[in-house]
Amino acid sequence: MKIEEIENEIIDEFGVYDDWMDKYEYIIELGKDLDLIQEANKTDDKLIKGCQSRVWLDSEMKDGVLKFYADSDAIITKGIISLLLRVFSGQKPEDIVTADLDFIDKIGLQEHLSPTRANGLLSMVKQIKLLALQNVEK
Amino acid sequence: MRKFDVNTVRKDFPLLARQVYGKPLVYFDNGATAQKPQVVIDRINQFYKEENANIHRGVHHLSQVGTDLYEESRKTIQGFLNAKFSEEIIFTKGTTDSINLVAFGYSKMLKPGDEVLITEMEHHSNIVPWQMACEYSGATCKYIPLNEKGELDLSQIDSHFNSNTKVVAVTHVSNSLGTINPIEKLIEKAHKVGARILIDGAQSLQHFKVDVQALDVDFYVFSGHKLFGPTGTGILYGKKEALDQLPPYQGGGDMIKEVKMSGTTYNELPHKFEAGTPNIAGGIALKTAIDYFDSFDIQELQKYEQELLEYAESEIKKLEGIRIIGEADEKVSVLSFVVDGAHHFDVGTLLDKQGIAVRTGHHCTQPVMDYFGINGTVRASFAFYNTKEEIDQFIQALKRALTMLG
Ligand SMILES: Cc1ncc(COP(=O)(O)O)c(C=O)c1O
Repeated sequence: MKIEEIENEIIDEFGVYDDWMDKYEYIIELGKDLDLIQEANKTDDKLIKGCQSRVWLDSEMKDGVLKFYADSDAIITKGIISLLLRVFSGQKPEDIVTADLDFIDKIGLQEHLSPTRANGLLSMVKQIKLLALQNVEK
Repeated sequence: MRKFDVNTVRKDFPLLARQVYGKPLVYFDNGATAQKPQVVIDRINQFYKEENANIHRGVHHLSQVGTDLYEESRKTIQGFLNAKFSEEIIFTKGTTDSINLVAFGYSKMLKPGDEVLITEMEHHSNIVPWQMACEYSGATCKYIPLNEKGELDLSQIDSHFNSNTKVVAVTHVSNSLGTINPIEKLIEKAHKVGARILIDGAQSLQHFKVDVQALDVDFYVFSGHKLFGPTGTGILYGKKEALDQLPPYQGGGDMIKEVKMSGTTYNELPHKFEAGTPNIAGGIALKTAIDYFDSFDIQELQKYEQELLEYAESEIKKLEGIRIIGEADEKVSVLSFVVDGAHHFDVGTLLDKQGIAVRTGHHCTQPVMDYFGINGTVRASFAFYNTKEEIDQFIQALKRALTMLG
């Protein structure tokens, strides 16, 4: 699926929740399906430091698409990562570079990507974009 | 003296009536900043509507009005702390600014071989300025360690003080643990070796009475915003002779006696340390905040806050997997805890979505977190306007969060 299609699918999924706690219950569930980075790869260079929670990110270029693996010490952060990776992982680098992330706003999770939150998620998105940029036209 | 009744008092604080995410707000982040009573909000408005002018420099009517109000505020704060002279009260931007002012002065006075003594419990703003002062001067920074209860370990107290100790900086109350430190003892020890001592009062004055003369403390600092006053206001109390010794921090208008191209002579206290146009409205409204707070019997408020703390602690202990961080014998109404197997960020987020405002993380006390081997806590800090019903809501919300995270 294309990035935009996946984003729309996520927006639809979140549309059914009008209670915040239900929404977070779902996010926590999503965290359990995250493509985890291997423990051995959780080295300092894969660590994205946030003020509140820590995030690890690894990537692999395979058959023209970028695959991502990640983890976090906080479950909610993990759930949101899982959403981001569902959008980005397995996509062509050039599509990742140009993708926008409006869907995060639309499902009401923008606070987690605000620059002042410092929970590592915004830095993770930047890192994903950077990795994609490095792999364009390779 | 005003009789304390929590339901009446809550009406003084307009923000407490608001909702977040469609839920009634339970504000348990008073350690970070306190809410403001309507009188303080009105005082700021009145200044800008009717009295705004720069102070200490105009011949015109409004400038004189503003100057008088600002200086009246200084006198109120003098009375509140029981300082001997009003010029011992320096207006600053807050605790951090006050500490930097003093530490900067010491960075000019300290020499290699001199020692600065702090503690493992300090807020970063009472660590970093001293580390900087040591870096600039070549002095050494030492510290008094913690014990498992979250108190200062004073078993070896005498070993920390010696004739090289020039300045000691200790918090009166720990912001992340709630511990009240026996500062009388530390002041005595500091003075015995001829050192000056600064006490960080950011977390104390909103909970109990402080008398700087009775304590015989050299410097006492606090922030207005944690004391129901405006942000960007703070106080440095300093004994006159201690302030006289200290070189000025910032140069500029107001702090000078005479400026020539060949050099400058400095103004007298308190102006020597008050360069530039200050937060005039804030300084004036800080008086309103203190008058408001001081209209109660503070011991009555303290007793009520202790009841809240005891209730919250006994309720939270009924839950499984909770560990309270900070179990000092003497504590203010701060409840810091960790949850087995759950990250503080997750707990805080799920509480927030249920209308409960707490703080999570290291609370600017990373050495405290390192000591306990954790990366952060969830902290509920109570003010006198909080209620047992709010604690019940908090416990319910916490239970729900724990179920979801379990
Ligand atoms: C013990 C302590 N010291 C210093 C500070 C810093 O105060 P401010 O940020 O108002 O300058 C705080 C505030 O969190 C504190 O709790």
